[in-house]
This record gives sequence, structure tokens and C-alpha cells, in this order.
Amino acid sequence: MAATDLSRQGSLKIIDVPKILRWGSIYIAQARIRNMLQWKWSIIGESFATPMFYLLSIGIGIGKFVNSHQAAGVDGVKYLTFLAPALLAAACIQGAVGEATFPVLEGFKWQKGFFAMNATPISGRQIANGVLLAAMSRAAFGCVIYYAALYIFGALHGLHTLWLIPVTLFAATSFAVLMMGVCAAIKNDDLFLNMVQRFLIVPLFLFSGTFYSLASMPKFLQIIGWASPLWHATEVGRWISYGHHVSAAALAIHFSYMTIMAIIGFKFAHHHFTKRLAK
Amino acid sequence: MCAPYQTPARVGDGPQRSRVAQMSAANSQSTPEALILAKGLRKEYGDFTAVDGIDFRVNRGESFGFLGPNGAGKSTTMRIIAATLTRTSGEITILGKDPEVSGPEIRAHLGVVPQQDNLDNALTVEDNLYVYGRYFGLSKKFIRNKIEDLLAFAQLEEKRGVKVEALSGGMKRRLTIARALVSEPEILMLDEPTTGLDPQARHILWDRLFRLKEQGVTLLITTHYMDEAEQLCDRLMVMDKGKIMAEDSPAGLIKKYSTKEVLEVRFGADRNAQYADQLRGMCERIEVLPDRVLMYSDDCEAVLHEVVSKGMHPTTSLVRRSSLEDVFLRLTGRSLVE
Repeated sequence: MAATDLSRQGSLKIIDVPKILRWGSIYIAQARIRNMLQWKWSIIGESFATPMFYLLSIGIGIGKFVNSHQAAGVDGVKYLTFLAPALLAAACIQGAVGEATFPVLEGFKWQKGFFAMNATPISGRQIANGVLLAAMSRAAFGCVIYYAALYIFGALHGLHTLWLIPVTLFAATSFAVLMMGVCAAIKNDDLFLNMVQRFLIVPLFLFSGTFYSLASMPKFLQIIGWASPLWHATEVGRWISYGHHVSAAALAIHFSYMTIMAIIGFKFAHHHFTKRLAK
Repeated sequence: MCAPYQTPARVGDGPQRSRVAQMSAANSQSTPEALILAKGLRKEYGDFTAVDGIDFRVNRGESFGFLGPNGAGKSTTMRIIAATLTRTSGEITILGKDPEVSGPEIRAHLGVVPQQDNLDNALTVEDNLYVYGRYFGLSKKFIRNKIEDLLAFAQLEEKRGVKVEALSGGMKRRLTIARALVSEPEILMLDEPTTGLDPQARHILWDRLFRLKEQGVTLLITTHYMDEAEQLCDRLMVMDKGKIMAEDSPAGLIKKYSTKEVLEVRFGADRNAQYADQLRGMCERIEVLPDRVLMYSDDCEAVLHEVVSKGMHPTTSLVRRSSLEDVFLRLTGRSLVE
């Protein structure tokens, strides 16, 4: 039965704790990505199909209709050009939030995998960072493909529009990390996520100046847009893409808003990951 | 709250190693090296006291068990040792370190098998081991070699490419144990390792754990099964309601708190209590349970003879050796498995 005896040097010899303290978040991200890769074809398929559906239906279908009724276009450009930064940001934010929330419920409640991770030298903070990093990697993949599709469809012009990618990812990170923290904090979470999807994500998509300028809405509805990271990302995106008028002060506000949301989000997520693991 | 896990390298690996080395040098001749030392350890959840100021010591290489019914505070104690739960008061060191200061440094040397398997169901057997090894910062090459050993140890070689969700309960349990061993831990902690397993799966698991014990791995086990405690533990701490009721080897506990043998007699539900007074005089001690009377003596055949000769005819009678169940009954007045 020699085969069943384990060779041993002992953890005191083989484990390098400072290394784990440095790289733990990356180990978690690698594991999450390894998990995602099992569904790589569906992820790839979805990443290509989503922009196609939106571009063909809304961009081209509705765009043709809008352009034929409004010769000057919307905001001085073709409807598809107007729409592009918003579609990109919306898809990226939704993707990031999905990937940063469901795994949190799974990790804390359904499979309890976070407790297994936390039984190693890895901390709650590192788990949060790793899950977010993996979520944002997937979001970045989707974002690049979406960007390419928009470019090919003629919705974006010029290499300067590449700046849309980091701006969009920044907005997505700030919202995703906040939602991740909320997921860690909430106890009765199954219902919660459905509510988020129905009453938060969808309204944000519809009321963030995605399909028409936020200014054309009544004031009380504009508030939803102001609170939404999607609107801030869209405004900056339109400014990058076709020079939509945004004052320097407004730009500062947009970036500050996303930055503050990210800082609060990280603090909140780290706190609640640590707390829930120690319950 | 986050402080314990955010102290990078404050207590580095280097000093700790030398400290452990010093301890083992100092202890090698006389007393065994203590891997875990607790004093007045207490954990409260609001008004509820889960662990009520307990003291204990676990030495290197021993197999130490927490025996007690559900809710005795065993799992809470385990989680404090595992540096994943903060204590309310008292002191505890694991490998010479305070878990609230050096959480990651302590967890680096523990292998944890939780009460509920928390494997990644979507991954294969092999990938579960691989991913977990990576959390300890181990190199790919090291883990790949280790996986071969672990699969053989857990008798899961043929299941290496199978997803965890397709495994039986016993296989999952063995995989969870194998996973905890990937980092070659100093201490292997098992919380109710065989709860929910069928007898055959339990015996396979006990055999595996026994092998680890033979290799000098320090085992920390919680259980509410007395046979498991007897099989696996060198030393036991009997817990109830957050307190330590007794501590000794299984044989020592039985010797101290029970007689050599036990006679179990049944007279029928109504009459058990009725005969109790008469029976009491015939042996050292009796326990009246709802369905039977336990009579404690070093010679139970003689006691049974006396019972019958006095005209009492139990419907069934059984003479057996005392077990930890009897110890627990004596200490708490209650049964282990309720």
C-alpha cells in the first residue's frame, strides 16, 4: 500500500506566506477564470451575438427610422453614432455586474466556495478583489468585441474612440464592485438579485440617456440618470466619440462620480466579505 | 474587523519558523511541543455563549478530539482555531501565533475539512485539488505531482476527470480531505468527518485518517460519534454547552467515569422506572432511560444473575463493555445522539 502513503515535507517548508499575501487576489481570479472557461463557447457566442442583435435591431432598424424623420440626426450625428457609446457602456456594465454578483451568492451561499478559499491563507479582501478581477476580465473581453462590432458597423470613427474601452471599463468596475459589496451584505439574496435586475439594471438602461438625450426627459426622471454610472459613462463616451458637448466641469463631475462610487464600492465589498466570512 | 487579515508580513514566515524550531528544540527532551494552546477561550453571540471559557492544549503528532452533542461548541472552537472566527475573549495560540493577528500565517499550515463539503461542483476532481493548491501559492509542478499522491490516497484515481457533482457522498468527503492535504498541513482539522456517510464509507475514511496519524500528522477532530472518537483519537475533550466536561484518552475517560461493563435491561416502558429502586442496590450505579435501564458494574454477568434470582425478569438483557456514550451520560445526564 505504499502508493497511499503521502510524501511529506510539511507546510512550514513549502508555503511562502508573504507570496500569498501579495498574489492571493490573482490566484482567486485565475480560479474564477478557469471556471468560466468551461463555458467559453457560450461566453464567446454571447459576446458576439449581443452587439449584433442590438446593432441590427435598434441601431439600424430604429436608426433608419429616426434618421429619416430628423435630417440633422441626433445631437448632430447619425442615430447609430449617438447610440454607440451608450450601447457599449450598457453592455459592459450589465456584463460586469452579472459576473460580479452571481458568483458572490454562489460563493457565500449556494456552494460556499468562499469559505473554502478563506480556509487557506487567502483573505476576504483578496477573494473580493479576485472575483472582481475575473469579472472585469470577462467584461473587458466582451467590451473589446462590442467595440469592434460598433466600429465595423460604422458607429464609431477614428482610433481616438479606443478611449471608450478604458472609460467604459472604469464605469463598469465602479458599479460592479459596489453591487458585489451589496450582494455580500444582503442575506436573503435569491430574490434580491432578481429585484436588482428588474428594478435597477433595466431602468438604468432605459433612463440613462441611452436612446435619447437625458435633457429631453422631465427633471424628476433625469435624477435616475444622474445617479446612474451608465449615464456618466455615456456622456464621457459621446464626448470621446464625436465631440458631444461636455464642459470641463461636467467632465470632472463624471469622473469624480465614478471614482467615488468605486472607492465606496471597494470599501463596502472588502468590509462585507471579511465580515460575512467571519460569521 | 478586517484587521486580522490585513497585516502583511508583520509576523513573517521566517521568525515563525525559527520560533517553532526553538519550541521543538526546547521540548524535544521533556514535554511534547504544543501546537495549539487555549486559555479561557470564549465566544459569545449576543446573549448566547457558544464557547464558555475553555482551556486546552494540543501537542504535535497527536490526534485530538472534541466529543459532544450538536451545539456543544465544537465547531465554533474549530473555527476559532482555523483563524476564520474571532473570539470574544481569552487567549489562544496556534503554532505560537494569535489567529487575530496572524490569520493567513496560521491558515497556511492548517488543512481544513469543514462539516459540509464545499468543493467546486463544476470542476473535476483533479481541478479541485489543483485550484486549492494554487490558493496556497504552490507551484504548478509541485501540485501536479502532489495530485497523483492525493488521488491514490483518496482512492479516486479513476475519478480524476469526473466532475464533483457526480461523486458519491463518501467520495466527496475523501476528496475534501485530500484537498486539505495538498499543502502538507501541520494540523489537519476535521469537523464531523463521517456524518452522513454509510458504514462502509466511514470505515474507508477512518482507515485513511489512521494512515495520516501514523505518518505523524496532527489531527483535530470533532465528532458526536463515540465509535469514531474511540477509533481515531489519542485524547478527547468532552464538551457540552460550551464547557469542557472531561479530558483524557478514550480508555482513560471510560476508566475514570464508568465501570468496566454495563448491563442493559428492558422491562417495558412503564416498568423500567418502577424497578429502578430495587436495581440500584445491585450495582455501582444505574441510569434509567425511557426504553431501558443501564446498570454499571465490573461484573455484569453476576448482576444479571442477581436480577433474575430476585424474581425480576427483563424482556431483554445485554452485557457489554462501557463506552464513551456511558461517559457522556454520566457527565451530562444526557445521551450524545439525541
